[in-house]
Formats: sequence, structure tokens, C-alpha cells
Amino acid sequence: MTSLLLQAIASGFLMGGVYGLMATGLTLIFGVMKVVNLAHGEMMMLGMAISYWLFTLAGIDPYLSIPVSIFLLFLLGFFIQRFLINPILHASEHMQILVTLGVSLILANSALLLWGPNIRSVTTSYSLETLWIGEIVLDLPRVVAFLFALFFTFLLYLLLKKTELGKAIRASADNPEAALLVGIEVNRIYPISFGIGAACVGASGSLIIPFYDLTPHVGPPFTMVAFTIIILGGMGSLSGALIGGLLVGVAESVGAILLSSSLKSVASTTLLVLVLLFKPRGLFGK
Amino acid sequence: MLEIEGIQVYYGDLQVLWDISLKIDSGEIVSIVGANGAGKTTLLKTISGLLHPRSGRLRFLGEPIENKSPAQIVEAGISHIPEGRKLFTTLTVLENLELGAYVPKARQKRKETLARVFRLFPILEERKYQIAGTLSGGEQQMLAIGRGLMALPRLLLLDEPSLGLAPQVVKNMFEVIKEVNRFGTTILLVEQNIFHALGISTRGYVLQNGRIVLEGTGAELLQNIHVQKAYLGL
Ligand SMILES: Nc1ncnc2c1ncn2[C@@H]1O[C@H](COP(=O)(O)OP(=O)(O)OP(=O)(O)O)[C@@H](O)[C@H]1O
Ligand SMILES: [Mg+2]
Repeated sequence: MTSLLLQAIASGFLMGGVYGLMATGLTLIFGVMKVVNLAHGEMMMLGMAISYWLFTLAGIDPYLSIPVSIFLLFLLGFFIQRFLINPILHASEHMQILVTLGVSLILANSALLLWGPNIRSVTTSYSLETLWIGEIVLDLPRVVAFLFALFFTFLLYLLLKKTELGKAIRASADNPEAALLVGIEVNRIYPISFGIGAACVGASGSLIIPFYDLTPHVGPPFTMVAFTIIILGGMGSLSGALIGGLLVGVAESVGAILLSSSLKSVASTTLLVLVLLFKPRGLFGK
Repeated sequence: MLEIEGIQVYYGDLQVLWDISLKIDSGEIVSIVGANGAGKTTLLKTISGLLHPRSGRLRFLGEPIENKSPAQIVEAGISHIPEGRKLFTTLTVLENLELGAYVPKARQKRKETLARVFRLFPILEERKYQIAGTLSGGEQQMLAIGRGLMALPRLLLLDEPSLGLAPQVVKNMFEVIKEVNRFGTTILLVEQNIFHALGISTRGYVLQNGRIVLEGTGAELLQNIHVQKAYLGL
């Protein structure tokens, strides 16, 4: 039993890294624009689909198609913000929710229309390879996904902390009016931030396709997970998204063995409730 | 340097500024005083491009600016230090200052300007890695002014810099404003603290219900009975 538990913790931790990257995208979009992106899971689905199709049609390894996912999802996020959300940014919040909900329906149903409801998966030469650490066995693709996810999260952190663009993004999130007054064109920063958030989730999609099945309706559970994470970690907090991602990953996978795999989200929701009881604004919320 | 001719400014359908005209010459300190809600902040926001007048003209160094964006206006040489400071409270002191020099012209000279700002406010250098939101009120106002100066403005708009500061700190603040002016920056100052403000000003305007009702030199306005009636409650 203990080794089973350790095993669950380890594989949950690995998935948690990817959750962290996915939720970082969501928390960035929320933190900068206060926009609730209900299409986040569908963007994950698109990241998976891009790598799936490039693998299936052109034989390109999913890890090599990560840049393509990042680029295409950046463009998608950029244009969604620029043309759908920017015009209603100052309208009431339920308007934005309707827009991002609409986008999520359009994306899922376009996928259904284009390649049907079948479950699709990628099998690579390394799909079934494993790593042993003592008693614990880890799937190689999950380890790779975890490492890449941490790497991308770190890159995003550097971008936000060290570059002019990153500082302008943080300034716009902190105080939009002051950002305007120092000469930041906040209306240009918003689409870029949305694009970066979408790129994070796109990369996450590519990272999991070697071990996670693609269907057009794979999105909503991811949206749920991402929201659980950022509420737990503190809305808008980057470290909250990463730590929250790891916690939720572990909670889900431990929940799956202690309860049953269909009840795994019960564990993460319980964790969320417990955290909010003691820290109503989340772990890193301000 | 700045000429405003007959601007009308609205929030939606609500007119807040009525036919405002004023003029600021290079090197001056000009004050705008008036009761709460008179439209002082609205006037500054219109100059810095956060709001646009429905009619009337604004010219800065001879160029029309009424249709420019805030970024273009900063680039042209006007820096607006807003009411309530509006710092980037989750960023460090240094990051706030760096962002002050965001526009291309100022960015090229960021290092030299930063050294100058640190000479003017040594406390900011000591605190440069501190999160701006954790500074004391006086330090926050120093940082707000420092951030404004980082844009290398020819004209500095200051909205109630003394708000919420202890009397001793207020005195320092006005000394700093005079010093910034001595180094060649023209200043448009909005204040409730009219003794101090008019005391350091070359000229002033009194704004009442969105209209300019009086103008004159600082000393004239201070003596003016209307000012005393309206704002000192005498
Ligand atoms: N965003 C806004 N929308 C609608 N009306 C506004 C807005 N901002 C200010 N007003 C109104 O415009 C008028 C002038 O406001 P303004 O802030 O310019 O006054 P002020 O002279 O700066 O006052 P204070 O001394 O209190 O700062 C007030 O009646 C105010 O209620
Ligand atoms: Mg005001």
C-alpha cells in the first residue's frame, strides 16, 4: 500500500508540473486583464490536436511540434483578445464570460466537425518506456512533460521579470491607468498577454499528447482543473499556479487510488475547500 | 509652452469642464486650486491624454495634442503624476522607476536619469529592491515624483502631491518641487493645500464647478478675498 501511495504521489507530481504550466497561462490572463477564460481547456485540446495531427500526418515527433503549438496558440489568443474581448473589456463581467464560453463551444464543436468524436492517441517509440527510481516506476513521457513544463514556466518567469515587455505586462496588471501614464500602450499589452497565456496552455497540450487521449471534448475537465488550481494558489499569482498545479496533480492521483479514478476531482475539490477555509484568497493571494 | 483654448470636457453626457483656457510658459510653476469636485483632476487627465476634450484646443510646444494618446504625450514631454500616486505597488522601487522611462526617448537615457533621481531622493536608492506598496506615504510620493521625472518631462503635472502627508513631509515635498523646477522642469500643480501651492507658484488659477473663475500671480490670489471666502471659509 505505501509503495502504491508513493507511486501515486510521484505520478501525480509529474502531471502536476504540466497542470502548473496550464494554470500559469490562465492566471496570467486573469491577472493582467481580469478576464475569466472559459476556453482554456479547449485551447489545451488544440495544443494536443496540433501535435497529434503533425505526428499522424507528417510523422513529426510531438516534442518537436511544441514550438508550432506555442506559435499557433499565441496567435489564437492574441486575436481572441484583440477582436472579441478588447471591445467589451469594460463591460460587465458576465459579458466576457459569455464570450469565452462561446469561444470554447466553437472550438470544441469545430474539432468535432473536423475530425469526429473518436478517441485519438499518439504512440511513439518511447511511449511505453519507463524509469525506475527505487520502488517507483515512472513513465518516460510523463517525466519529459514534467521537465519541459518546469522549463517553460521558468522561461515565462524570466520573461516577466527581466524583459521590458514583461515589466510592461506586470505594470499593466498592477495599475492600468498608471501604465498608460508612463506611456505603456495597455491596449497592445493585453492581446500579447492573452497570447502568452494561450501559448502556455498550448505547450501543455503538446506535452501530454504522448500519454493522454485526444477527443474534441477533452477540454472542460482541464478548464475545471485550471480554475481549481488558480483559486487554490491565489488568482493572478504565478507561484500560486505552479505550487497549486503540483498540489492538485498529487491530490487527483492519490484520490484516484484511495477513492476511485472517477472520483479524482473530489480529492482536488476537497483540497481547494480546505485551503480556502484557512486562506480565503488562496495560498499566494493578495 | 502649454496653451489651452476653450476646452469642454465630458464624462459621457456629463460636462465637467466648461470653456477652460489657460497658458503656461516655460520655467513657470503654475497652480490650479479649487474645491473638491471642481474638475482639477479632470483637467490634468485631459492634458495627459487620458481624456479628450469634446471641443477646444491643446497645444504643447506649438503642436496640437488634443487627439494624442497618453504614450504620445509622454513622448512629447509631459509627465503626469496622478492623484493618489498610482504606483505599481506590487513591483519594486527600481522597477517603478525603470518603467517611468518606458517611452523610447527616455529609455535611451535611463541610466543617467536614474542616477539623477537617486541624487534627488537618496531614500529611493536605499530602498530600490523594496516592493513599492510597502513604502511609507512620504516615500511613495517621492517614488511617484521620481517615476514621473524618469520620463524626462519638459512639463510635469502634479495632482495633489501633499495629500495624506504629515506637515513636515509636506514642507519637504514643496522644497522638492521647487528644486525640480530650478533644474528646468516646468510645473503644473494641483493642490488643496493652497498656502503652500500658491506660495511657490509664479501664477495660479482658481477652478470652480468646472470653470476658471480667477487667475493671477500666486501672491495676488492668496490675498484675493474670493479665495479666502471660497476656500478658507472666512
Ligand atoms: N470617471 C468619472 N465619471 C463620471 N464623473 C466623474 C468621473 N470622474 C470625476 N467625475 C466628476 O467630475 C467632477 C470633477 O471631478 P475631478 O476629479 O476632476 O475633481 P477634482 O477637482 O480633482 O476634485 P478633488 O479635489 O476631490 O480631487 C466631479 O463632479 C466628479 O464627480
Ligand atoms: Mg482631484
